[in-house]
Amino acid sequence: MVNYIIRRVLLIPVLLVGVSFIIFGMLQFMSPSERVTLYLREVPRSEAQVNAVIHRYGLDQPIYVQYWNWLVGTVDPITGERVGGVLRGDFGWSRVAIQPVADTIAHRFPATAELAIWAFAPIILVGIWLGIQAAVHHNQLIDQIARVFSIIGYSFPTFVFGLLMLMLFYVKLGWFAPGRVTEWAATVISSPGFHTYTKMITFDALLNGRIDIFWDALKHLVLPIMTLSYLNWALLLRVTRSAMLESMRQDYITTARSKGIPEQWVIFKHALPNALIPVATVAGFMVITLLNGVVITENIFAFPGIGSQAAAAASQLDVVTVLGYALFSGAILIFANLLVDVLYAVIDPRVRLS
Amino acid sequence: MTPSKKKPAENLIRNRVPEEMPSRKISWLERRLGPDNYRLVRNLVRTPASIIGFILITFFILIAVFAPLIAPPLPNKDPYIIPRDGFSMQPRPMMSEWKKNPPPLPVWWEPVMKTDQWVHIMGTTSGQYDIFYGIVWGTRVAFFAGLVITLSVFLIGLAIGVISAFYGGVVDILLMRIVDIFMTLPFLMAALIFAAVLIPKLGRTILPAVIALIAFSWMPYARLIRGDILTVKEREYVTAARVIGVRKSAIMFKHILPNAIFPTLVYATMDIGSYVLSFAALIFLGVGTDMGYSDWGQLLSFSRNWITALDRYWYIVVWPGIALILYCLAWNLVGDALRDALDPRMRGAK
Repeated sequence: MVNYIIRRVLLIPVLLVGVSFIIFGMLQFMSPSERVTLYLREVPRSEAQVNAVIHRYGLDQPIYVQYWNWLVGTVDPITGERVGGVLRGDFGWSRVAIQPVADTIAHRFPATAELAIWAFAPIILVGIWLGIQAAVHHNQLIDQIARVFSIIGYSFPTFVFGLLMLMLFYVKLGWFAPGRVTEWAATVISSPGFHTYTKMITFDALLNGRIDIFWDALKHLVLPIMTLSYLNWALLLRVTRSAMLESMRQDYITTARSKGIPEQWVIFKHALPNALIPVATVAGFMVITLLNGVVITENIFAFPGIGSQAAAAASQLDVVTVLGYALFSGAILIFANLLVDVLYAVIDPRVRLS
Repeated sequence: MTPSKKKPAENLIRNRVPEEMPSRKISWLERRLGPDNYRLVRNLVRTPASIIGFILITFFILIAVFAPLIAPPLPNKDPYIIPRDGFSMQPRPMMSEWKKNPPPLPVWWEPVMKTDQWVHIMGTTSGQYDIFYGIVWGTRVAFFAGLVITLSVFLIGLAIGVISAFYGGVVDILLMRIVDIFMTLPFLMAALIFAAVLIPKLGRTILPAVIALIAFSWMPYARLIRGDILTVKEREYVTAARVIGVRKSAIMFKHILPNAIFPTLVYATMDIGSYVLSFAALIFLGVGTDMGYSDWGQLLSFSRNWITALDRYWYIVVWPGIALILYCLAWNLVGDALRDALDPRMRGAK
């Protein structure tokens, strides 16, 4: 198992370099004068000035030189300062956020992380529970309803669902609002008396002992969590259901039943652990669907995370910003995949022992 | 062996193979298609779900084909640009009258609507784009995007998978690592960048979104086809072909590929719906067509200006939303039916 994990870890740099190739490759679709925006912090006054910048940062040089410059940055010949360089954490200047891309990521990622943390448990637990119920009541009413829910949920576009949620729970009923917190809470949070530990408002509020702010932030999370959840429930339900059906058919289940073990025990102790192996694979994919879903969900609910920022940047063709976000979320995905692989080894003895 | 012991066995055989096969009525369709394909078709339309799926798809195909008759475009204008009724920001409710510059009346209008006035059947968006027109012509866009993306990713996946499995060794390792790397990028994020990069080159059409989705969706197909080829490669008839000296490329294209391609093809059909969803999402997020292009995602994006008034302007969300959901549902139902019908474990099951 140690070997297996070491092999996976060694693959990470390869994947990261590969991802950087793809992202840099996409950058090449832009002309040098468009790519200059990576380095410009203010609007140039003339074309000659633009050309000077292009030349200074070597955007007219061969592609491998440019790739190297993109990775480690270039030395400004006038000031002697090193500029740019993804490896140095400089992803360029975000036109949309009017600040360096790295800063916007640092600023906005906690919100997305908070959303993902709160969404993960309901997605996994409810999804698996629904799947178990459907499988245990195979071909009964619960199963039929679950299957209909699964196929409709699978066909339901996230953004339509989100808009309908807003229509019902925000405009009609006024229960939940878009955004991250209500204005009064935002004022409290930015006041000096409120200590910021994690930048995740729900946790910070608890650490500061402000239950009212915690509730407020949590209420703003409900709609985005529901929007992120239903699609993943539909997916998980499907996989868990078929895996459970498969494992309930095995001989050892009949054996367990014939020994007189209570049915609940048979389901949760004997059938479920084996059914969870394919489910774990899908739960790994869930990180990807979550990252995709976050872009649309945050956009609809005006939730100030990296997803809404990426969407806003893309719609204004601010490629530099989206590139930074993609590189960042690519890195997250790589580590999430590693985690899933390790988990996989933990729950599946065949992987662990081979 | 005594005769008494032999007799039951003989009886058994007699019972198994009756001298005369019971005659079964063979329908015209079965005669035309042959037993295997007939069974496939019959399995396809066995469940209510799949029948609903096929009816929905037929319905959408009819709308797409007869779009010029259902909602005739303005003469000498690009039919995919939704005609507008003025420029007012305020959306107008359903059944309100079309005041400025209405398109020609369709043939079905007067008998059904009992009036010779164009009305906005499903209301208008801000900017007075007619929602009904947009949904009808958006069906064509949905078919175009779905089929082009699916076909392209299938062909790219096929090419990569075949090359990978055919040459093996270093080529295989290299290509599969490239697949891994592409899969590492978050799909929607990557497609957003690529579309944003392409828009200055290709303009605000549906092409940037389509190309961006193709660029980041082909990987699973390459893996599937490669895997299936490697499985089929081990079959005995392939060894037999190799033994009698068939060329390597002929084995690949004539013997292996036809048997390996099918599961992936089914997979591709099942994905058409989700591609159309991703496509609509990209357009909704604003990396695609200009305002007023008849695409469902484009229509839905109008609702973002009216979040606080969605109860009044619900028709901007609901109608294009229903079109999108039903379209995607149709493909998913058909995909499910196709998978069940082709699954060998389902063969012969009643």
